Amino acid sequence: MISPLTTTKPVQTSLLSVRDLSVEFRTRTGIVKALENISFHISKGETLGIVGESGSGKSVLALAILGILDRAGHITNGEVLWSQNTETHNLLKMPEKKLRQLRGKELSMIFQNPRVALNPIRKVGKQLVDVLRCHSNLSRNQLKKRALELLASVKIPDPQQRYDAYPYELSGGLCQRIMIALALACSPKLLIADEPTTGLDVTTQATVMNLLKDLATDQQMATVVITHDLALASEYCDRIIVMHAGHIVESAPTHPLFSQPRHPYTAKLIAATPEPHKEFNDLIPILGSLPDLRREDLAPCRFISRCDRASERCQQEALMYQQVDEAHWVGCWYPLEV
Amino acid sequence: MSRPSTLSVVIRRIIAAIPSILGVIIVTFILTRALPGDPAAYFAGPAATQEAIDQIRETLGLNRSLPEQFIIYVGELLRGDLGNSLTTGQTVLSDLLTRLPASLELTLAGLLFSLTLALPLGILAATRPGSWLDHGVRVLATAGVSLPTFFTGLLLIYVFYFRLGIAPAPLGRLAILYSSPDQITGLFLVDSLLAGDFETFQAAFGQLILPAVTLGLFALAPLTRVTRASMLSVLSSDFIRTARASGLAPSMILFGYAFRNALLPVVTTLGVVFSFLLGANVLVEKVFAWPGIGSYAVSALIASDYAAVQGFVLTMALLYVVLNLLIDLLYTVIDPRAGVES
Repeated sequence: MISPLTTTKPVQTSLLSVRDLSVEFRTRTGIVKALENISFHISKGETLGIVGESGSGKSVLALAILGILDRAGHITNGEVLWSQNTETHNLLKMPEKKLRQLRGKELSMIFQNPRVALNPIRKVGKQLVDVLRCHSNLSRNQLKKRALELLASVKIPDPQQRYDAYPYELSGGLCQRIMIALALACSPKLLIADEPTTGLDVTTQATVMNLLKDLATDQQMATVVITHDLALASEYCDRIIVMHAGHIVESAPTHPLFSQPRHPYTAKLIAATPEPHKEFNDLIPILGSLPDLRREDLAPCRFISRCDRASERCQQEALMYQQVDEAHWVGCWYPLEV
Repeated sequence: MSRPSTLSVVIRRIIAAIPSILGVIIVTFILTRALPGDPAAYFAGPAATQEAIDQIRETLGLNRSLPEQFIIYVGELLRGDLGNSLTTGQTVLSDLLTRLPASLELTLAGLLFSLTLALPLGILAATRPGSWLDHGVRVLATAGVSLPTFFTGLLLIYVFYFRLGIAPAPLGRLAILYSSPDQITGLFLVDSLLAGDFETFQAAFGQLILPAVTLGLFALAPLTRVTRASMLSVLSSDFIRTARASGLAPSMILFGYAFRNALLPVVTTLGVVFSFLLGANVLVEKVFAWPGIGSYAVSALIASDYAAVQGFVLTMALLYVVLNLLIDLLYTVIDPRAGVES
């Protein structure tokens, strides 16, 4: 399979470049081919959106990059190249001990559902100190001081008091800010935000996203925003990757992706998204559901059963990525016309 | 952000326990009266005449109506009088005060032994589910719980006392050569240490090992299984993933984050196992001639010794209340959320 999504830019300038990454989950009911030949890259300071419906493999991708997949998850192919100070390392080959020094320090992650993503019986300040301590040599007082600074930097009112709070004593929005503070504690180069605003109300969503955007700009941090919310992705991301059933189906800068989607799935996804000017009846649901990823005879194109443009060729030949414009790639034999 | 103070939790729990203690008093009173057997006849002996039996019945107050007997009983209870044991001739209170510490010491030692094995084994099994180690731990725990305690006890005596000769004779809490230390807590190990008498400590410790191990092996299964299950579920929770994503060291994740969260079910099980062992280790006490509360209760029951049986049940009920209180307090120490919702 040719997957030239990374070749649009030389590897050297990308901060992270994922190539041909495949992940399987070995379960009792069969092998789930959760990700297949995923390739993409992200550069310093860039904000990349990964969108797709639930179950498309977005979160698995994030966990695989960090090397914290569940016991059942196995990376069967590919490499995750991390470039720093002119050196490039394959994170998948890196010894666990070295990788641990990167996690939370250079690459970090924000999880959905912040209330359960924080240790329920440890004070949030202590949880910040735990992360700071394992990546720095600060003294006890300095650790606490830095933790308080972090709480202030994510605009938590009254950090002194919140330092001693337990997650259950805080609102969802505050918990998410703690989560952000935790992820940004060591000024990482790359932040993966997995559904950072799910479970938050709309006003809090905007505050959290703006906070992330500001902090990212301040620190020249690259951000991967994983979301199923197209509106959110279109507003905050420079470039977007669309995932479907463990494949990347389209990759393009934000504007062209929304104005001229080339993959039928992207087009349907946009047509199914509510917008202020659309009537409820204007929304077109995407028919069918994700294919069963445990099947042995999965078609090369995993969208085939939901696609009205599919032909014999899609069934027979390996999925091919076409470059339809500069930095615009689509994984389809019959992309939509402009 | 007001958290309930420890004192208010304690007071609330004690008040909540009053109805159940009252219930226990009523139920044991009625149950002991409903048991077959006539204490007056037992006390008078097989050769006694009917008049002698009647006379004893009258001195014991057994000829009065049940409500009358109950009021007298409660009145005595309030004065701290648990009555006299017909079989030992002592007051029930003094019997219990000498025998309860013996059982407590044995049970605590057994649990301690069990915990020092169960926690590491449970954690190890949880970090490597499905491995040979996991299966080995399961086999060990199952064997421990399926062998009857009297069998394990006899086996240990046979091997360590009879064959190898490294354990002392299974004849109670102290060999005849030693005199028991002055009673402070009633726990020989503690009392001998307080008195600075290391020789007695050693002797008491030697006597304690085999029965404690016997009990501990029995408690191993529930504790190990709960530790394993609880650790497994905590290790797969979201906040552990966050900790891993933050690059925390595995030891910190395992003990600082996972273990403390996994402790709650373990503590609950510990309480259940403790109260179960305390009352149910009659067989171990018999095998090791341990002068504990379990064997006392059984002989009292056989002799229809009302006062002793009632005293035993009441003591167990009070112990249970105290134990639950301790466990609740332990909860609040481990989990800040405990006690918030009530």
